[in-house]
Amino acid sequence: MRSNDIILKTTSAIIVFVILAFSVNLFLAGHNAPGGGFIGGLMAAGAFILLYISFGLKTINKILRVNFRYFIGAGLLIAFLTGVGSFVFNQPFLSHTFGYFHLPLLGKTELATAVFFDLGVYLTVIGVTMTIILTIAEDRG
Amino acid sequence: MQYAVLAPFLTALVVPFLFRYIRAIHTGWLILPIPFGIFTYFLSQLTNISEGHNQHSMVQWVPSLGMNFSFYLDGLSLLFSLLISGIGTLVVLYSIFYLDKNEKLHNFYVFLYIFMGAMLGVVLSDNIYALYLFWELTSISSFLLIGYWYERQASRYGALKSMIITVLGGLSMLGGLILLSIITGTTSIREMIAASDTVLESPYFTGILVLILLGAFTKSAQFPFHIWLPDAMEAPTPVSAFLHSATMVKAGIYLTARLFLLFGGTDIFFVLVTGFGLLTLCWGSYMAVRQTDLKAILAFSTISQLGMIMTMLGFGTKEAAFAAVFHIFNHATFKGSLFMVAGIVDHETGTRDIRRLGGLMTLMPISATLAFFGAFSMAGVPLPIFNGFLSKEMFFKTSLDLETTSTLAASIAPFVPALAVFGSIFTFVYSMYFFFHTFTGKTRGELKVKPHEAPIGMLISPIVLVLFVIIVGLLPNMINEPILTPATAAIYGELPDKHIVFWHGFFEPALYMSMIVVALGVILFLTRTKWQSVYNWIPGVLSANKTYDYLYNMQFRVSEKTTRTYMTGSIRHYMLYILIFIIGATGVTLFVTDGFVIDTSDLAPISWPEVAVGLVMAIAAIATILMKNRIAAILVLGIVGYGLSLLFVFFRAPDLALTQLIVETVTVALFLLCFYHLPKLDTKKQPVGAKTLNIIVSVSVGVLVTLVAIASHSSKKFETIAHYFIEESHHLGGGNNVVNVILVDMRGLDTLFEITVLGLAALGIYAMIRLRDKEEME
Repeated sequence: MRSNDIILKTTSAIIVFVILAFSVNLFLAGHNAPGGGFIGGLMAAGAFILLYISFGLKTINKILRVNFRYFIGAGLLIAFLTGVGSFVFNQPFLSHTFGYFHLPLLGKTELATAVFFDLGVYLTVIGVTMTIILTIAEDRG
Repeated sequence: MQYAVLAPFLTALVVPFLFRYIRAIHTGWLILPIPFGIFTYFLSQLTNISEGHNQHSMVQWVPSLGMNFSFYLDGLSLLFSLLISGIGTLVVLYSIFYLDKNEKLHNFYVFLYIFMGAMLGVVLSDNIYALYLFWELTSISSFLLIGYWYERQASRYGALKSMIITVLGGLSMLGGLILLSIITGTTSIREMIAASDTVLESPYFTGILVLILLGAFTKSAQFPFHIWLPDAMEAPTPVSAFLHSATMVKAGIYLTARLFLLFGGTDIFFVLVTGFGLLTLCWGSYMAVRQTDLKAILAFSTISQLGMIMTMLGFGTKEAAFAAVFHIFNHATFKGSLFMVAGIVDHETGTRDIRRLGGLMTLMPISATLAFFGAFSMAGVPLPIFNGFLSKEMFFKTSLDLETTSTLAASIAPFVPALAVFGSIFTFVYSMYFFFHTFTGKTRGELKVKPHEAPIGMLISPIVLVLFVIIVGLLPNMINEPILTPATAAIYGELPDKHIVFWHGFFEPALYMSMIVVALGVILFLTRTKWQSVYNWIPGVLSANKTYDYLYNMQFRVSEKTTRTYMTGSIRHYMLYILIFIIGATGVTLFVTDGFVIDTSDLAPISWPEVAVGLVMAIAAIATILMKNRIAAILVLGIVGYGLSLLFVFFRAPDLALTQLIVETVTVALFLLCFYHLPKLDTKKQPVGAKTLNIIVSVSVGVLVTLVAIASHSSKKFETIAHYFIEESHHLGGGNNVVNVILVDMRGLDTLFEITVLGLAALGIYAMIRLRDKEEME
């Protein structure tokens, strides 16, 4: 029996963006407030899972033509390259630095290389969570 | 000198190529010059050594550990080197005619030359580690040679047996030598002997002596380790002649003689060496009469003769040392020739069973003559042409005037001559049995081959050895000055003033003892059939072989049983072992070290929301155990997780609380997903005993962890480094979230590998599910 869960679909469509925004917020704020790559990544994965639950695997796979397994590799690569990057400045592995810059729109902003590392964590966590859940979900599906 | 040791090994390397590419000539001919060259080299050292110029040469190996190939040539090692290379040459010559060109000659000569090099290494090494290395090499090459006809079950059995027993002794010898080197602080045997006072005073002295003697006894087939030697007769006869009569079995004798200066003269040395030597002498000669296989007779005879040499070494007098050296030489000559004759008989008649042989004298006159000299020399018949008599007479003489130092030794000493005579009577009997039963009388039974005299090439080696028997018997003083005297000096530390004479005079008790041996021996030999049933009484059903087989099989059964008892394949049991071990190890440590302390001075106040959450978690945890339904159990377990994240909130850990919240949700969801596919919870009742054990173990683990937690909280030994992170996080890391700064900046490496772990886990799950599907489809 196919049920028409329009309320779920409508609310999901809105809430997903809220969650994604929150996830990005968590990720970016991580250095100064609670949050960070790990939680942000899990949150983003939660948003995607909500999409899958409301609209079904086939639909979302058509829209989101993303292979989440690549996220794992990409995330690990970014995190690793961040570490290697410090060699360029003759620093030990995974040395981070930060600075304050005046950016248009945002004003005085702190930019830290640690964010790149966190980005790696973020992507890996999304990739891992999505891979696990989708693999199990698609199993005999 | 190192080249003399190296040469056989190098030859062994080349042999397979010679065998492969030069098929026209028997491989043995091509490599015959090697041992002969070594022999002439050692011959050329004779004058040097007898003048007291001992040779020394060294090749460094692992100098930082005191391991060096340090070779030392004195009288004793020269005697052995001459025997090894001399008899080695003869054996190679003999084997050329004994083994057909279709045999696996490359194997044979490789093993034989490895053995020869190793044996030379044993007798020349001054360094204990090099000695041990060569010692084990002789064991291994002997193993390979005994198992030369590996398609025969008996060969494999004999090879394994000899390997197990000699390696057992070898390892114990290594232990003794290492102890010696610790006490004396050197790895050189000569320096150890120089420091013999330290060794004698050491509390480990008895231990060292027993360990080293165990090595010597197993190698030299002393009672009760003699059992491997008769089974080693499955080897080709040249091997038996070389290894199991002249060389390898004398390695233990060599070791005992070499360390004589270290141990000799002490009571325990006398009791052990003389005691076991005499026992071996009597038992070996007694058992030899019972054998029906020519080589088995010779094997037991070797055992008995080795026991005799050991006995003489145990006496600890200068005359005895000289007699021992003399007998080592004599035994090598007559036993080598007897083995070769046995091989010829086997080769030319197709059997070695003495019950089927007889009357070969007219058919094989030369072999019979050789056997006559060998056997009569072995028996110690008092005629000057047999060298065996001379050394046996010395044996009797030294056994009569023993210098005893303590009551224990003095209480044994009077029995020594009697036992020596007893052993020698049987030696006489089996020697006569060996000769007369094979070569005189009528031919018994049908033989596969028509017996005829062996080719001349096969006869050369035993002829040479028998010539030595006769020449040494006639002119014993010819080898006295150049060989025996320096060897005795090397053993005893003093020059012997010995002139060997055949005739001691009428009133020598030793002569009477020889006469008694011959008289009783003749009587016993003639009445042999009448008293042979004595073997049904002694040893009767008892035998060292059966004990060995029993122990050998037992170890498999016991270890299999043991392993089966605890390796049940049940994960529940393995968990129990692990947990019980943890409880035991940690609990005992806590108890023994007085580690448990309670310090209440540093406790934070408890607020009621914390208590409430804690209580809910505890109830949920207990409920999880009692749940009969899987899904319910998972959901109730989720309460614990969410409670934990609440606690994180109370304890002001927002990052942890967030993470815990999400991770808990994900794991509960995953659990539900997985368990959906599982069958219903198995409600099979566990037995009450197992259940009680589970409860006891889990409660103990809980209590223990609690105790450890309290104890470790109560004993803070160091200032925490948290202050550093809090102070420096903004300054150095540029962030106010200390947790995050630690994760990505201060300890980013941990995070890097944690996300790697996550990635691997995800790929693992993907691979597991997808690949399983693909396999199923195929």
